Amino acid sequence: MIAARDLRKQFHGVEVLKGVSLDIGKGDVIAVIGPSGSGKSTFLRCLNHLETIDAGDIAIEGETLASTDAAGVCRYVPEAEARRICRKMGMVFQQFNLFPHMTVLQNIIEAPITVKGMSRDAILPKAEELLRKVGLLEKRDAYPSRLSGGQKQRVAIARALAMEPDIMLFDEPTSALDPELTGEVLRTMRQLAEEHMTMLVVTHEMNFARDVSTAVVFMDQGEIIEARPAGEMFSDPRHPRTRCFLEHML
Amino acid sequence: MDYIFQILGPLLDGTAVTLQVFLLTLVLAVPLGLALALVRVSHFRAASTLVSGYIWLMRGTPLMLQMLFIYFALPFVPVIGVRLPDFPAAIVAFTLNYAAYFAEIFRSGIQSVGRGQYEAARVLGLSYGQTMRRIILPQVVKRILPPMSNETITLVKDTSLIYVLAMNDLLRAARGIVQRDFTTMPFVVAAAFYLIMTLVLTWGFLYLEKRHAVYED
Repeated sequence: MIAARDLRKQFHGVEVLKGVSLDIGKGDVIAVIGPSGSGKSTFLRCLNHLETIDAGDIAIEGETLASTDAAGVCRYVPEAEARRICRKMGMVFQQFNLFPHMTVLQNIIEAPITVKGMSRDAILPKAEELLRKVGLLEKRDAYPSRLSGGQKQRVAIARALAMEPDIMLFDEPTSALDPELTGEVLRTMRQLAEEHMTMLVVTHEMNFARDVSTAVVFMDQGEIIEARPAGEMFSDPRHPRTRCFLEHML
Repeated sequence: MDYIFQILGPLLDGTAVTLQVFLLTLVLAVPLGLALALVRVSHFRAASTLVSGYIWLMRGTPLMLQMLFIYFALPFVPVIGVRLPDFPAAIVAFTLNYAAYFAEIFRSGIQSVGRGQYEAARVLGLSYGQTMRRIILPQVVKRILPPMSNETITLVKDTSLIYVLAMNDLLRAARGIVQRDFTTMPFVVAAAFYLIMTLVLTWGFLYLEKRHAVYED
């Protein structure tokens, strides 16, 4: 579903991605773990063009988003094309980023109506079904400021799902939440995984990485150090840096 | 009291002129200001710089000077060379001037909306135009209401500058009566008129603020 080849990126001369490659197959639930500043969020944001890469190739479901030629020049496909390709991926942010001037329901139906040109009548049943799924149907007419962090994040998940993406990207979805609120968000994500949604999750939740994901990727200093099935990674980390990190986290 | 009723006629005529200048300027300068702000925050470097220069020019010289220039000097400017009657000249000057101030208010509003809103819109597939129209500008409206209220109240009072083009606005009408009758009463009545107009504006903006208070950022 996603093929990322040798992604490189610098921020003001600092190399944050030093050649990261990852293949994500259909139904994979991949947890990306690692210390802060390891480049894992940047990696995720490069995949859907929130950041641009300096070099490397990205293809989403076989369609090229960015490619680098032999001379080392990295090119993106035209903007409209890139937007169409990136629509296959939904994204959930650490800071929710709900639209504050819209109610919960309006947040969810906005993109299907504006981007896909769906009628309100056509998207409404689907939106309500999604709200029921994340357990927030009774909040449909509330504004985001009236919701708890966990509720906001569940709305954000429903909003992303309303565009019917094939892949869901999660950028530390529980890091801005009070500890007692992470559970409800993780439950929703687990439910998605059980429905075989392809997911890439940057997270500090080791339990989620171990129990829900099919594979775990450990990143440090802009590189993938180790990428293995979840069970193996936690029971038998090979690389010393992975071992050190996991010992601190568990 | 009888005297007040007696001078009410000419003062109301002056108020009509004041209100015309005020409303026309508002209707023309707000959209123009928004357009300028959108260019100013866009990635078209040359156009953005041009708008910055325009704003510098319009905010950096007195409105009265601009009005006099458009009325007296514009006819002699090559290429443009139009001779505008007094009322249109005043409207053009006010619109060009106020659009610059409105543009800066819009710009501050647009730039106060966090990056996360753009990113959320982008990952949902919205284009830049859709993001502006559906996500950013509706939030900007709420944020700029207080400074817009300020600026429109200033506009009401600035309309009195049109006296330099010998137009009979509220203040000039009052002054005319003062000079004729040797009483300052017309000034008091004119002040009351201005206060009523700004009070209506204040209430209007308060109402808008309340309506936008249904959500919090």
